Amino acid sequence: MTDAAIPTTTPVVRSRRMRPQWLTLPVIIGFAIIAFWVVVAVTVPLWTPYDPLMIAGRRLQAPSMAHWLGTDALGRDVLVRTLYGARYSLPIAVIVVAVAVAIGSALGAIAGYLGGLVDSVIMRFVDVTLAFPPILLAMAVTAALGPGLDNAAIAMVAVSWPVYARLMRAQVLSLRGREHVEAAIAAGASRPRVLIRHILPLAWSPTLVNATMDLGQIVLLAASLSFIGLGALPPTPEWGQMISEGAVHFYSWWIAFGPGMAILSMVLGFSFVGDGLRDLFDPRSGT
Amino acid sequence: MSAAPARAGADRPPLFEVRDLRVVFPGPAGGLEAVSGVDLAVDRGEVLAVVGESGSGKSVTMLAAMGLTGPGVTVTGSVRLDGEEYLGRPEALRRLRGKRMAMIFQDPMTALNPVMTVGAQITEMIRIHDRQVSQRQAMKKAVDLLALVAVPFPERRAAQYPHEFSGGMRQRAMIAMAMANDPEVLIADEPTTALDVTIQAQIIELLDGLRRERGLALVLITHDLGIVAGLADRVAILYAGRVVERAPVREAYYRPAHPYTASLLKALPSLEGDRGRLVPIDGSPPGLASRPPGCSFHPRCPIAVPRCMVERPALIAVGDHAAACHLADLSARTPLPMPAAGGAR
Amino acid sequence: MLRTIVRRLIAVPLLLLGVVTIAFLLSNMTKGDPLVAIVGERQMTNPEVVAAAKARWGLDRPLPERYLVYVGNLLSGDLGTSFRTKRPVAQDLMVRLPATLELVIAAMIVGIVGGISLGVAAAHFRDKGMDHAARVLALLGSSVPVFWSGLLMLYVFSVLLGWLPGPGRLDPRMAAPPAVTGFYTVDALLAGDWPAFVDAARRLVLPAIVLGWAVLGIITRLVRASMLDVLGQDYILAARSKGATERRVLFNHALRNAMIPTLTIIGFSFAYLITGAVLTEAVFSWPGIGTYAVDAARALDYPAIIGVTIVGGAAFLLTNLVTDVAYALADPRVKLG
Repeated sequence: MTDAAIPTTTPVVRSRRMRPQWLTLPVIIGFAIIAFWVVVAVTVPLWTPYDPLMIAGRRLQAPSMAHWLGTDALGRDVLVRTLYGARYSLPIAVIVVAVAVAIGSALGAIAGYLGGLVDSVIMRFVDVTLAFPPILLAMAVTAALGPGLDNAAIAMVAVSWPVYARLMRAQVLSLRGREHVEAAIAAGASRPRVLIRHILPLAWSPTLVNATMDLGQIVLLAASLSFIGLGALPPTPEWGQMISEGAVHFYSWWIAFGPGMAILSMVLGFSFVGDGLRDLFDPRSGT
Repeated sequence: MSAAPARAGADRPPLFEVRDLRVVFPGPAGGLEAVSGVDLAVDRGEVLAVVGESGSGKSVTMLAAMGLTGPGVTVTGSVRLDGEEYLGRPEALRRLRGKRMAMIFQDPMTALNPVMTVGAQITEMIRIHDRQVSQRQAMKKAVDLLALVAVPFPERRAAQYPHEFSGGMRQRAMIAMAMANDPEVLIADEPTTALDVTIQAQIIELLDGLRRERGLALVLITHDLGIVAGLADRVAILYAGRVVERAPVREAYYRPAHPYTASLLKALPSLEGDRGRLVPIDGSPPGLASRPPGCSFHPRCPIAVPRCMVERPALIAVGDHAAACHLADLSARTPLPMPAAGGAR
Repeated sequence: MLRTIVRRLIAVPLLLLGVVTIAFLLSNMTKGDPLVAIVGERQMTNPEVVAAAKARWGLDRPLPERYLVYVGNLLSGDLGTSFRTKRPVAQDLMVRLPATLELVIAAMIVGIVGGISLGVAAAHFRDKGMDHAARVLALLGSSVPVFWSGLLMLYVFSVLLGWLPGPGRLDPRMAAPPAVTGFYTVDALLAGDWPAFVDAARRLVLPAIVLGWAVLGIITRLVRASMLDVLGQDYILAARSKGATERRVLFNHALRNAMIPTLTIIGFSFAYLITGAVLTEAVFSWPGIGTYAVDAARALDYPAIIGVTIVGGAAFLLTNLVTDVAYALADPRVKLG
């Protein structure tokens, strides 16, 4: 109705420079944030004036020229510790998401492709896992395995794989009936071959978008577990751990400030890039 | 740029009149002009058909006249009801909408609110404009209105949601809602396009009956000249945001003065047993951003001459028939030199 | 739809059984003797206690049998005994439940009322300043770590500005109002204890905002998106053509439709609320289930942490069920019957 009523008919005004439409300002900022943290994580030992574990000055100093974000309860430099924190958060997030994607996608693809009893068993397991509030399950798993970043990582995989199983299963189900897949089956291709060669290559985009956003969420969850005391243990300069030290020395606000901003920037960075990827893969879903 | 629509008794202003209406959507280079100076008028008991392809600006014209174009859209010109100017008075126009001027839409599936009962949507129409009416009285009236538009079991139907109605019944409910405050002008935007052919005829008959019984001024927006023939008194043909021809319906059918009108008529299935010789118009109407210079129709016109590419023809009226074409000669009463059917390709 | 709800009703106990099973496996995964987890290290030297616990939890029997005993105990409301508090976990949770509920309800109000208002405003003023502000606020809400924003807010509003009191549910010098609902604000009002009400309410503000902000972010985004979708629908144009005022168009027509997808997300955001509640309670020393879980986890108090996990899973499943039913009731197109 009312074909020309609302500006849907007005053509989209393209920016003069040939920038792809999905590459919006937030997406560029997101890439910049992530690039910053990657560079920091790799190079930080080369250029920081202090050691993250060594006493750098008087304890509980407010921010100054010598210590831009002050010093903590032991006199360690908060900024240096914050920068070193990327060396924990970033690799953990990448590993956790990679493992969760591998497990979840494999199970989801198998469930979607084989169907029947296998599908039911896998998906009921997914349902049950998703029935737990993530932090409680992660806490229970970490508590059972014992505190520490490695066990926290296992716990985080345990709570994040089911989403990937659902995503991949849905993709495989929708692709299974496609013509080229049926043609491959008719041509006598074996089941694993059809799945791996003809279905999976087309099924990745939702997983990739979700995984990008998840990287930020895992950074947050890892910090949460450390904050509670179940992840990184002192004296590791991990962000959640640092914030929990900041909570003890509550009046020295600067102890928690840097790590909090670091977590926030990572979450924002990954979600910006994830939004951009979603628009890239599925322009219709754009906001 | 054009003469006012010719009409009998021109000393009294027509009931509803749109003059030199321009609608500009936001866009590059000062915006995109969707409607470029359209004049329309309709009187009590009269049916004016506004005909054009999608993108011709026919819907936008009427939405703009009703003050329903969104924010950022510039509307200039004049919109008068009973001689009173309403353009630029959004609050006054809002009070008018649904009260003295009502509108029905192309797709009754989407134009009714899915989470409100049909009765509630009709009573809302009544109570927006008259706070004195109680919910009970309004509901009683809603049931009467549903009965008026021949919805069976109106009391039960009023309590149902739109998804429980069939397409034709929804359009009847839509009409009942539009008639709730006994409007003087009813604007029907493609009211039958989304419906089955048999239902179409019933809805047209219903509208025609309301026009006769209630002295309604009806503006029928359509792309279908077939509907126009049976219902309209006068026709205005829109192309690329302008009126290209305006005439009493018989004139337009038997002596089209604009090649676009002639082409539309040829594209019409068998009005007079011309079966099997449909001639679709080549090409598609120009987009908002790419309207050609000169006569907008010239790229698709079978009889265009070089002049048509540079000079826009004015809408020239002789008597009650007006056309905007360099080649039309209304006074000479000679038919357009159109190519024979089928030969246009 | 009734069938869907019935199917969900059948699924919920099955999912709960799954939750319990995973919890059982986790409790058997714990390093060392699961008996330690039940009776506590110190009691291990007491043969009477050990024998009783063994019999009670069937620890001398094979794993499948033990599982049945475990489920049976759960069904009778026995979540085991916390070795930190030395009391039944179920009892501990009941004591702490009102504090958590009071916080969660207050946060829900902040999140739902704030999220809907912001979402409607953002959609109405699309691409204008209001829209950008609402989107930034929403984005921050769903990205900021609550355990950090909580600390900062406490520092700013309590230490720097002195507008609001510090952490905790009530001034330690005040006596808690006589328990009726367990909500300090409500109980204080019921008891006519005005000073206690004011203090309890003021202490509720910050944690409720910190926790509600996360929900607000999610709801704002969804309400904005679905409002924009709905505002482009024909029935909105039709409502305007009826002469409806902008306010009526926005709230009676657009919001009513936009609320249907929003209902789902409100249920979904409950997961965030539980996660957030654990951390918010930890920051604000709020004596609820979250703090209990954190203390239990830090002390490796397995029965307690697993008990909380089971209760959390049950609460989560129930909320989802309620959401589904609410969705069915809200949308007349969904047939009930």
